[in-house]
Amino acid sequence: MARFLLRRFLQLIPVFLGATLLIYFLVFSLPGDATAAICGEKGCTPAVEAALREQYNLDQPFWVQYFLYLKGIFTFDLGTNFAGQPITDILARVFPTTARLAIMALVFEAVFGIVIGLIAGLKKGKLFDSTVLVFSLVVIAVPIFVLGFLMQFVVGVKLEWANPTVSGDATFTELILPALVLGLVSFAYVLRLTRTAVIENSGADYVRTATAKGLSSRRVVMVHVLRNSMIPVVTFLGADLGALMGGAIVTEGIFNVNGVGNTLYRAVLNGEAPVVVSIVTVLIVVFVLANLLVDLLYAWLDPRIRYA
Amino acid sequence: MNGETMTKETTDEAAMPRPLLELRDLAISFKTGNGDVDAVRKANLTILPGETVAIVGESGSGKSTTALAAIGLLPRNGRVAGGTMLFDGEDITHASEKRMIELRGSSIGMVPQDPMSNLNPVWNIGFQVKETLRANALPHQKKDVAKVLTEAGLPRAEERANQYPHEFSGGMRQRALIAIGLSCRPRLLIADEPTSALDVTVQRQILDHLDTMTTDLGTAVLLITHDLGLAAERAHKVVVMYKGQVVEAGPAVELLTNPRHPYTQRLVSSAPSLASRRIESAKERGQASDEVLANEESTGSDDVIEVRNLVKNYKIRGELGKSTEFRAVDDVSFSIKRGTTTAVVGESGSGKSTVAKMVLGLEDASEGSILFDGVDLTSLSRKEMFAFRRRVQPIFQDPFGSLDPMYNIFRTIEEPLRVHRIGNAKEREKKVRALLDQVALPASMMQRFPNELSGGQRQRVAIARALALDPEVVICDEAVSALDVLVQAQVLNLLADLQTELGLSYLFITHDLAVVRQIADHVCVMEKGQLVESGSTDDVFDAPQTEYTRSLLDAIPGAGLMLPPEVA
Amino acid sequence: MPENTKNMPTVRGAKISKYPIEHFVADPEDTPIQATDSAVSTEAPVSLWLEAWRNLRTQPLFLISAFLILAVIFVALFPGLFTNEQPNAQCMLANSDGGPAPGHPLGFTQQGCDILARVMYGTQSSLTIGLFATLSIVVFGGTIGAVSGFFGGWVDAVLARLGDIFFALPLILGAIVVVQIPFFRENRNVWTIVLILAAFGWPQIARITRAAVIEVRDADFVIAARSLGVSRTGALVRHVIPNSLAPVIVIATISLGVFIVAESTLSYLGIGLPPDVMSWGNDIFSAKSSLRSNPMALFWPALALSLTVLSFIMLGDALQDALDPKARKR
Repeated sequence: MARFLLRRFLQLIPVFLGATLLIYFLVFSLPGDATAAICGEKGCTPAVEAALREQYNLDQPFWVQYFLYLKGIFTFDLGTNFAGQPITDILARVFPTTARLAIMALVFEAVFGIVIGLIAGLKKGKLFDSTVLVFSLVVIAVPIFVLGFLMQFVVGVKLEWANPTVSGDATFTELILPALVLGLVSFAYVLRLTRTAVIENSGADYVRTATAKGLSSRRVVMVHVLRNSMIPVVTFLGADLGALMGGAIVTEGIFNVNGVGNTLYRAVLNGEAPVVVSIVTVLIVVFVLANLLVDLLYAWLDPRIRYA
Repeated sequence: MNGETMTKETTDEAAMPRPLLELRDLAISFKTGNGDVDAVRKANLTILPGETVAIVGESGSGKSTTALAAIGLLPRNGRVAGGTMLFDGEDITHASEKRMIELRGSSIGMVPQDPMSNLNPVWNIGFQVKETLRANALPHQKKDVAKVLTEAGLPRAEERANQYPHEFSGGMRQRALIAIGLSCRPRLLIADEPTSALDVTVQRQILDHLDTMTTDLGTAVLLITHDLGLAAERAHKVVVMYKGQVVEAGPAVELLTNPRHPYTQRLVSSAPSLASRRIESAKERGQASDEVLANEESTGSDDVIEVRNLVKNYKIRGELGKSTEFRAVDDVSFSIKRGTTTAVVGESGSGKSTVAKMVLGLEDASEGSILFDGVDLTSLSRKEMFAFRRRVQPIFQDPFGSLDPMYNIFRTIEEPLRVHRIGNAKEREKKVRALLDQVALPASMMQRFPNELSGGQRQRVAIARALALDPEVVICDEAVSALDVLVQAQVLNLLADLQTELGLSYLFITHDLAVVRQIADHVCVMEKGQLVESGSTDDVFDAPQTEYTRSLLDAIPGAGLMLPPEVA
Repeated sequence: MPENTKNMPTVRGAKISKYPIEHFVADPEDTPIQATDSAVSTEAPVSLWLEAWRNLRTQPLFLISAFLILAVIFVALFPGLFTNEQPNAQCMLANSDGGPAPGHPLGFTQQGCDILARVMYGTQSSLTIGLFATLSIVVFGGTIGAVSGFFGGWVDAVLARLGDIFFALPLILGAIVVVQIPFFRENRNVWTIVLILAAFGWPQIARITRAAVIEVRDADFVIAARSLGVSRTGALVRHVIPNSLAPVIVIATISLGVFIVAESTLSYLGIGLPPDVMSWGNDIFSAKSSLRSNPMALFWPALALSLTVLSFIMLGDALQDALDPKARKR
């Protein structure tokens, strides 16, 4: 088990280094003056440009720049935005909101996706199953911003069940609606994944054997079908946490949530490349950590992995 | 508990106890895309308490379906379409699921076929035993679980209970499944091919153990098997099924010695485990076999393949960074005389398939040499290797995996000709026709795809492909193991005919000693990578030199029932 | 060939019942023996693809989605056939946010453009992006996946990590980073968007291809081909890849839909296609500001987009059922 986790951890290091290197390379060293890339269309004043050169060590060779940037990540020194605020401070303010939003979305998609997927899988071919399948396709097909506007309009404006926008505090109740929207597409994927796995496992020999042992149908489903079906679902959920935090950019815009996504979006519009790079880097760290967590869960769910 | 529902007929014969399971005119049908298909028709079967009844049949005969119906485990699209099923007098034909759950485990137990897929990989063995006991309201403490496992012959059961299925060998898993099946002391045990996935020696041990346990507990057994020899050896009564119908039923020995239905007669004459003599090709029939042997002795130097001190090591990744060597083949030497068949026999893990791969030139030998017509394979250049490929061709075990599903039969057989740039399109087509004719398939089959063919037909196509390049040696890696008995006999006859016709030499890799007796001139027995015995087939079978060979021979199901040569 | 029974066999361990057992023989008339392994009937040969096609033909899901996709392709090729209006030229601010009017069944946008015309003409860019992004990932990701699955070892390890790196960056985030680069910021058009989507979309198809290739890599028919003298690469191209295509086709079809959604999301965020390129995403973006007063301006392009995407995803689903490798084994 320890060996498995160690190996997975070692495998994640090149992923982290590679992804950060990729971003850094794309933004800071492609043809064209690096400061022009950072300053964007509007251009910078010479003073800002000089400050940038200093901050990103642009006079140093590329590798040195990159390692200084890495060092910054590990010492929580991500530089400042154009207004001079430390990026770390900004993140500290908005990160918890987005994390809460993403975790709420994750819980929603996991609970409902698994439960509905399980029922659909057990009732394969029946009306409930077909309805759920078509519904999941529609959810995947309709872009999230359309779904977002729709839910905001119906639930927030027409029915007035919830505030259409979220206040600065971003309380739990305020975040319910945005979390539903954020998790909706992944919910459809979890549902389909669970359904497929349940159908496959229901036909497994060990399930038939379990029935032959005299177990009740309920126990056969919960102990033998569901547990085995969780393995692919958990993998998906782990990779999804990172995606949800990144995907929050649209949802946060619609519901005006002051989170990482909105900050990122503003930085994109203002052409503040350093902020963009920092935030994306942080999201990659989240992705890598979520993957480690999945590996732990994985090892718990599937004993074959522990000894691999 | 259900004596009220007793039927009248059972009182007629006072001496006979009431049947434990009685199937009357049972019919089972499956819903498919093309309407309902009858899987079982008018099947009758009676099992008395404590009796062992075997159902024998080929795949698709309906034997497993019949047994599954009795425990209410038909697949979703299957249903009992007619007839009745009585369990201890109670009509369970359309019993509620609730009643079936009560019966399962405690009254009717099951030991399934494949030990690899029938234990849930994510729960430990102890848990899977424990939940059986608990579901049937029996004590399920740690010691109870251990006791059940110990009874099934699992050593150090208390420790083993904490292990997971993947840490168990196939034989141990099957013991765990037997433990589960018998843990609640059912009065009827349904054993569906309980050992067909296991090595013969393990198979024998497990069947012996199952026998002892069921005899001690007085459990009746419904044994499903494709092996007539095994059925005759283990059951009081044998029921032969063919295409969904019971064609013959009766006392085991009588059925074997005096088969009356034409199908049973065929089955008895084809069963490899009951045969005792080498198949003779069409030409040879009538010719004294001594003569053939004498020819071989005189041309003793004509070895087409000679394997010398062959070794194969594999690296296994151990602890981080470290890797250990595993010796899959250890100092193996043998030779194949031109025009004869040499069999390499062994159980799983014996290294026999690795030997085949090395002779085919698909794996490099770690040490030792393989001489083909006196030339060492390892010394061949790329180009020479390409030329060598023409002379040695393989036939594999799985008829479903050995043909590319995307290629039609013509393309499949033509591929070798094309690869070696033999002839033009027209000549190649002619050759393909001739090859199909040689393996007794109609030329109309050329445009068909593998998914439209039966297992035996696919295997014939594989033979035709192997023969396309006019090889001298054909390596048959378990080439008939996956086939039903009658089809197997046909393919073996075909191979024998082709050998005389084309002067082929065969290297026959198999785990099945019964088949070896039918086809091989020379036998090499392998165990754990080493060659433990080799000699002429008759010598090895009549006077085995090592304990291991003896145990292998002894484990052939129905070995004790071997018919005298004159009969077979 | 009924044998005589002059010699009783020697019997070891055979069980003898204490009760008499009747010897039952079925009437051979009722249970005729068929020839062992008889040749198949005279029906026309059926390849796996033909079989899948026959199966597909009867599936409503497939029929609906195929019809929709053909319709969308037709609209993309000949948008002028469906509307008399020019999408840009005749925009009149006087019509701003106007409702349906004669000749303008869907009403007008905030700019006073005919919505129907814009929806029809917008089809092309969405479809082009979806199609070419999918083609690129199938070629690039498929090759990487096939090579990494077939050759294994360190090649596999390196390529797998490379895929992981791109996988760590969700599509939208990756695109956001890329548009920070001056070149991309200044040259946003259909092709750069295709490039961006493909750059961050290939790992998934590479993973699928890899898994499919590994499944057939060690099949007996591949070993048989190798022992005929077919080279490793030859076996990969001739036998392994054709047999691994099914899941790739399924995922590619679904990806096509997903890419269309992704493009619209980028346009919606203002970092996709520039405003002068007509696309559903841009129309949705510009309709956003007048959502309260004219929701229909958002509704129609969104509906067109969703229906197109839905039909591709449904097609993928239908193909999945028809090409399912598990169902194909037998």
